[in-house]
Amino acid sequence: MVTAENALSIKEWNRSASELDAYKLRDDFPILKRWVHGKPLVYLDNAASSQKPQAVIDAIEKVYTDSYSNIHRGVHALSQECTSAYEEAREKVQNFLNAAHSKEIIFVRNATEAINLVVSSYGRTNLSRGDEIVISAMEHHANIVPWQILCQQTGAVLRVAPMTDEGELQLDEYKKLLNDKTRFVSIVHISNALGTINPIRDIIAAAHDRGVPVLIDGAQSAPHTSIDVQELDCDFFVFSGHKLYGPSGIGVLYGKTEFLDSMPPYQGGGDMISYVSFEKTLYNDLPYKFEAGTPHIAGAIGLGAAIDYLTSIGLDSIAAYEQELLEYATRALAEIPEVRIIGAAKEKAAVISFLIGDIHPHDVGTILDQQGVAIRTGHHCAQPIMDRFGIPATARASLAFYNTREEIDALIAGIKKVIEVFG
Amino acid sequence: MSELDELYQEIILDHNKNPRNFHKMEDANHMADGYNPLCGDKVTVYLHLDGDVVSDISFDGKGCAISTASASLMTETIKGKTLDEVKTMFESFHDLVTGRKDPMKCEVCVGKLKVLAGVRQFPMRVKCATLCWHTLKAAIESNEDEFVTTE
Repeated sequence: MVTAENALSIKEWNRSASELDAYKLRDDFPILKRWVHGKPLVYLDNAASSQKPQAVIDAIEKVYTDSYSNIHRGVHALSQECTSAYEEAREKVQNFLNAAHSKEIIFVRNATEAINLVVSSYGRTNLSRGDEIVISAMEHHANIVPWQILCQQTGAVLRVAPMTDEGELQLDEYKKLLNDKTRFVSIVHISNALGTINPIRDIIAAAHDRGVPVLIDGAQSAPHTSIDVQELDCDFFVFSGHKLYGPSGIGVLYGKTEFLDSMPPYQGGGDMISYVSFEKTLYNDLPYKFEAGTPHIAGAIGLGAAIDYLTSIGLDSIAAYEQELLEYATRALAEIPEVRIIGAAKEKAAVISFLIGDIHPHDVGTILDQQGVAIRTGHHCAQPIMDRFGIPATARASLAFYNTREEIDALIAGIKKVIEVFG
Repeated sequence: MSELDELYQEIILDHNKNPRNFHKMEDANHMADGYNPLCGDKVTVYLHLDGDVVSDISFDGKGCAISTASASLMTETIKGKTLDEVKTMFESFHDLVTGRKDPMKCEVCVGKLKVLAGVRQFPMRVKCATLCWHTLKAAIESNEDEFVTTE
């Protein structure tokens, strides 16, 4: 929470923010130049999906213009070029997450599919009646529903670690949930609805003390903070390309070799086999065992370009800048008496869920949109969080490194317009 | 009048602030819940039907200004109407807010519901205005079958 005491002065702000020049970086994103309803676009819906830099757009165009072909199949030049580019993208992801091996990087559609892969393959093989899975109270539906389906199929039981009124995970309660029946822990790194950054090191260590594997949902963290899966020691880590300034339709599952090797395939088809006859089929090695069928080739290459782009800016610079922008926005919102911020974790990413008096977030969203300000309204695919706070929905501004203080000012002006309309 | 002013007309803001017939009905003989999964809105419509006449109607739940005002206006408009009249009104209202037909033609049929015509400029909000009507239809069908499905 930002107070007058710890808020940055404008002078300090200018100095610290100068390390990352958002105004210059904005030029890399063609879409940020467009206007909406006669106003310059102010895009504050980055937690839903982020915009794409020219480098990513160019990389995708280059695939289709220069060297597109199917991969891992042809002996011809295009297939070799395209295969190389696709596998280079895998290595870029490996380096981005600091995974030990590139074969631990599985390309999927998105974080949702990555979780479903683990649930279907690892979960159905290893969990049975009475076994327990631990998640948190602030999960996205993508980290709730697949486990519920597994529970219906196997008789396993879903346990939910609670959170405080500030939106912080109750770590002691989480630890109490771990017992001899616990077979899996699946926890979100950063909450998409509240911005809470969970203490995943402690979460992982506590589970590992009992020999329980851990999946970290990094959909909101990978684009905004540096990740080292070896240092974290998580067993699985998932994220989506489209929130990471890359294309939609491509995502990543990282898994430790020991787990991925022991898991059965998620889908059967081409590319995931080494030998097929009607009597017997031998599966391919990692990572191909989990990549049945022709993948999103251009998507993976585009994701590689997004990672290059982000790495050139530096995830630490991005995190520091977004933190400053969050403080600026939080302070400005706190000055409007009608605004109530939902989620006040001490460790928080640049996601602000808020309510304006008793005005429904949908009305807020429509009026802000008329001012060119794009925010998300609704339950953010996290209805249990809304129930926890006894609210049907929130308005949510989620920031990226290309957002500026002027855009926060536009949000504030838009909120004042909302209050004016609703008297 | 700007599109925004047309959407949030005084009468809509008034019905949002002070929704009419906004309560649970103890002696309802028909009811249904409606959800809009996109925004988490929930509305419950309670009906008391005497034969094919809507003798009483109420609603409760949580929703945005458009959905609350639309439900409030709907209850005021259809109280005392026959199911045939309700059906015709729903069709005209649907045409009005989706922009499917000339608003002037629809307005004649829907009476004061015409204040919701501004919704047609906001395609993402059409569902907010029609949620209560779809729920009303489900309520009418909840344990009797005199309402003919048209969609």
